[in-house]
Amino acid sequence: MAMTRHSDAVAPVHSSGPISIWFLRHISTSIGSLGRLIRQPFASLMIVLVIAVTLAIPAALNLVVKNARAVSEGWDNALDFSIYLKRSVTESESEGLARLIEQRADVETVHLITASDALEDFKEQSGFGAALDQLSDNPLPHTLVVRPSPANTSQSMIVLQEELANLPESDLVQVDTEWVQRFHAILDMVRQAIVIGASLLGVAIVVIIGNTIRLDIQNRREEIEVTKLIGASNAFVRRPFLWSGFWYGLFGGGLALGLVQYGLFLLEQPAARLAGLYKSGVTVVALSLDESLAILGIGVLLGLVGSWFAAARHMRRIEPR
Amino acid sequence: MMIQLDDVTKRYPGGQEALSGLTLSVDKGEMLFITGHSGAGKSTLLRLIALIERPTSGQVIVDGQNTRRVKRRKIPAYRRQIGMVFQDHKLLYDRPVSDNVALPLVIAGVGHRDASRRVRAALDQVGLLHKEKQNPETLSAGEQQRVGIARAIVTRPKLLIADEPTGNLDPDLSLEVMRIFRRFNEVGVTLLIASHDISLIDRMGCLRIELDAGKLVEHEEEDHAWQ
Repeated sequence: MAMTRHSDAVAPVHSSGPISIWFLRHISTSIGSLGRLIRQPFASLMIVLVIAVTLAIPAALNLVVKNARAVSEGWDNALDFSIYLKRSVTESESEGLARLIEQRADVETVHLITASDALEDFKEQSGFGAALDQLSDNPLPHTLVVRPSPANTSQSMIVLQEELANLPESDLVQVDTEWVQRFHAILDMVRQAIVIGASLLGVAIVVIIGNTIRLDIQNRREEIEVTKLIGASNAFVRRPFLWSGFWYGLFGGGLALGLVQYGLFLLEQPAARLAGLYKSGVTVVALSLDESLAILGIGVLLGLVGSWFAAARHMRRIEPR
Repeated sequence: MMIQLDDVTKRYPGGQEALSGLTLSVDKGEMLFITGHSGAGKSTLLRLIALIERPTSGQVIVDGQNTRRVKRRKIPAYRRQIGMVFQDHKLLYDRPVSDNVALPLVIAGVGHRDASRRVRAALDQVGLLHKEKQNPETLSAGEQQRVGIARAIVTRPKLLIADEPTGNLDPDLSLEVMRIFRRFNEVGVTLLIASHDISLIDRMGCLRIELDAGKLVEHEEEDHAWQ
């Protein structure tokens, strides 16, 4: 057909292939969009700031949870063991055993709770005092509470637990993990809550960027109409707006990273002081490279989604009149 | 045949009929003026050709392509084959003259070096090469219209349609614009121009047809135009 032949005359020529043309077009469109943002520095900065804060909040909270987990991981190795001794073991034998265990290198202290002490405690705490008085015999065993030395690893903790369980006097060895487990459960819940909150904030970013792009589209309505009139496709007119969304997201993500890093910098001193007070080697866990890239990536993704929604929704309606 | 209209009717919502049963053809290489009062259907005719609107009934065939079969998605590619000039120029005032003229080439994906060469050639043809760096706002109405023409011809279309291109220009500038059109026609471009400036058209010695209430007004001398 004549028309097709004719359009060949307009098509790209010599050295550059269609791929590189496409690539160059995107490069120039992206630079154009960037230039547009820079020419309105205040408005652009406001949007970038809103995105940055919205991204930084969940990122920072996530970091808090991560640090709490890192700290509490150390606690796993500092849990007390309770050794319930066999009923046949006497109180003086128990005392001897306690001293023996205390000499181990991987044990810090051993504390004996005698059967009668335990019964007294139980009577007080349970409220069954009168009923328990009826017992002719104390049903409780002597108990050794073993605090392992903080130098233990989780491996050596398992060894210690096994050796304590294998003592001829020991009936049952229990690790007091419950409160750590509870703490971890709380952390998991907090983390879950952060994910939910972050998702909502992500929706907010999409809406913010979408609205910004929508205004931008309205402001450039005439330009869109003219370009469509002289043969621009929807994809062509959409492209600069998608790039705007990309830049908003990228700069928002970048600034969010900066905010989080600055927050970490501010916390470094107090954290060091805290660690010093507790004589612990705990340091603040920073964002990993993966996490940093994820923040940037999420920013870019949300920017693209927001601008795509706005462009898809409003671009179609702008047709030459 | 470059343009062929076959019993074309365009009715707007509300019942107003802009074109009623119009049959018309424009040969390749022809330069044809459409005259008539405002509301006679001149603009509607051009809008149907540019696929800004579609006819209520009848067929519009442009360079062998039935516009009815051009899908919505394909309209941009279709429009790129036609040069369009508007009464209000429709230039973009946020960029220099050269970027305005380059826009159709950018849309078509022409490489930068080739595009700038063609932009300069097009601006040269309308005598505005020395103003390529200026903002169109700083140009006179006549110059702005010539920028609009340069933009329309930069992709070397075979068909150029113009809606009242001299509508805002004084007689001298109008004549200049018409001469530019004439030069394109001489190198084989088909032109269809809506205008009410009958004296100018006659002075140019060009063919014209007249529309009235969406129908052709029959004159002896333009007999060939709709046969």
